[in-house]
Amino acid sequence: MTNTDLSAAPGPGASPPSSRRGARLGRRMRSLGGLLLSLALTLLGLLLVTFIIGRVMPIDPVLKVVGERATQAQYEAARLAMGLDKPLWQQFLVYMGEVLRGDFGRSISTGHPVAQDLRRVFPATFELAALGTLIGVCVGVPLGVVAAARRGGWIDQIARVVALVGYSMPIFWLGLMGLLLFYGILGWVGGPGRQGIVYDGMVPEMTGMILVDSLLAGDWGAFRDAFSHIILPASLLGYFSLAYVSRMTRSFMLEQLSAEYITTARVKGLSERRVVWAHAFRNILVPLITVIALSFGSLLEGSVLTEIVFSWPGLGQYITKALLAADMNAVLGGTVLIGTCFVALNILSDVLYRTLDPRAK
Amino acid sequence: MTPLLSVRDLRVSFPTRSGSFQAVRGVSFDLGRERLGVVGESGSGKSMTGRAILGLVRPPGKVTAERLELDGESILNLPERRMRKLRGARISMVMQDPKFSLNPVMTIGRQIMESYRLHSGQGGQAARDKALDMLRAVQIRDPERVFDAYPHEISGGMGQRAMIAMMLAPDPEILIADEPTSALDVSVRNEVLRIMDKLVRDRGMGLIFISHDLNLVGQFCDRVLIMYAGRVVEELPAHDLHAARHPYTQGLLNSLPRLDQPVERLSTLQRQDSWRDADIATPLPGGL
Repeated sequence: MTNTDLSAAPGPGASPPSSRRGARLGRRMRSLGGLLLSLALTLLGLLLVTFIIGRVMPIDPVLKVVGERATQAQYEAARLAMGLDKPLWQQFLVYMGEVLRGDFGRSISTGHPVAQDLRRVFPATFELAALGTLIGVCVGVPLGVVAAARRGGWIDQIARVVALVGYSMPIFWLGLMGLLLFYGILGWVGGPGRQGIVYDGMVPEMTGMILVDSLLAGDWGAFRDAFSHIILPASLLGYFSLAYVSRMTRSFMLEQLSAEYITTARVKGLSERRVVWAHAFRNILVPLITVIALSFGSLLEGSVLTEIVFSWPGLGQYITKALLAADMNAVLGGTVLIGTCFVALNILSDVLYRTLDPRAK
Repeated sequence: MTPLLSVRDLRVSFPTRSGSFQAVRGVSFDLGRERLGVVGESGSGKSMTGRAILGLVRPPGKVTAERLELDGESILNLPERRMRKLRGARISMVMQDPKFSLNPVMTIGRQIMESYRLHSGQGGQAARDKALDMLRAVQIRDPERVFDAYPHEISGGMGQRAMIAMMLAPDPEILIADEPTSALDVSVRNEVLRIMDKLVRDRGMGLIFISHDLNLVGQFCDRVLIMYAGRVVEELPAHDLHAARHPYTQGLLNSLPRLDQPVERLSTLQRQDSWRDADIATPLPGGL
């Protein structure tokens, strides 16, 4: 995926006090301008790539629309209507204009406009990935920090095993076992799908994320139901995110804890907790945010198996089905959406990076 | 009179695959309200001696000693909680390079205030005043600006002065300066040394000045310990440095260029295995 520069060089050193504030402001404006420019270029590149993929695929888009029994005249008419007789660069401009207006064409497998389909499936995936990342971060970061602070201790060993299992277990197997145990045997959680049948369609749709919508509607029953459905797949995704986040946190922390300024902090007589959290942890926030953003992004695009095991009507399932049906409009629309998410996450981490690291201002 | 710090037979060892490695092998000295230089090449155990006094040798490293006393009280292997009360408040340390020894994402002011607030129990405003006073004391001309600056925004010399301000803010009795000027330009070096010297003398503190620079230590300290391979091989007053008797010290001195006695080639130090375990050349002064 695309990647804006996350490791920009630290700014120049001290300047005379009078010009200092002005210089800082100027630098910030310039960096904002650079950010917007890189954003525009990245999105342009993304569109170009998806456009090319759409044209190179050995699928005749006209045939997909008119069907196999159409006459030559009908075929030609459809081809002209789709603008496929124009030169490629004109086609690209038309495509870009359509995408900018939010028009991805019609999906041939669902019969709806792709944009409408995406509005339906994306919130489901977003909700799942967000909760998964939340679980992964809330458990993974403290686990990684403690594992590094007590390197070689029992917490470190447990964290190692947890992460190893997280890396190596196939997610569909864990998902099925989870369903069997917590839904089938214990009955603690809701089964596959996003809602129980009682609540299906009962909550007025606002954001498309059922947890949020039911809260907005003040419907506690629906919220509990949706929560009992999402918690198992979200924990599963959270576990994978945790494995990655905790290992990265640990290695970032080990690097910082061996730094000289940590010895300084200890010489001052600070408590170990303050040394670890106020000094070392504060210094890993920047790389950690990048790791979390990338992990979130990969959950947005890559939770196909989880969505299939849990019958979760999300983006991963939608794109996979579209791909198998050679439904190119849907595939390209989904790809553009995921690419845009990655760009947005990169920009978000870039902005956070600038606010958190004084050297980047 | 009890010395500020009394060290007898201090040993620091680290377990390795082939038995334990001793980085410090039986170091003994007393420190009064004076400036004691510790000289030796890298790996001679001089820095490790400083860290052992501060209780900063991390496991699996082990510190043993016949005696390690601060003002007559043993501080050998104190529980971490009690050691923390001494660190910063009574013994402090300035390290080599302010680029690495200051926290890059915390302003200088907050770093100075942090240790002062911890040990004095004072509130924010008092700590701020103290930090600005300390910055003035290390002769920083615009303390307000440096207070709000991040370490990357100030020069190395200024960073080291801020470091000295930070370490002296809680009024410790002993300052260990571990190669405090090695990372600085020669032009800034003397200024930083002068400031540190003045503050240490005004407060009647004990200073342990760790360095590999014989000339610097000779000018700047009252007494010098020469370390080799984890042991003190010679101890002598700084002004008698030229009269050193141990062949290692003589070798070190001979390998330095001298303006008043130019030579064609400087002699190279020939190390001898017997120095590792031989007794020190000058016995400790009688009263010890």
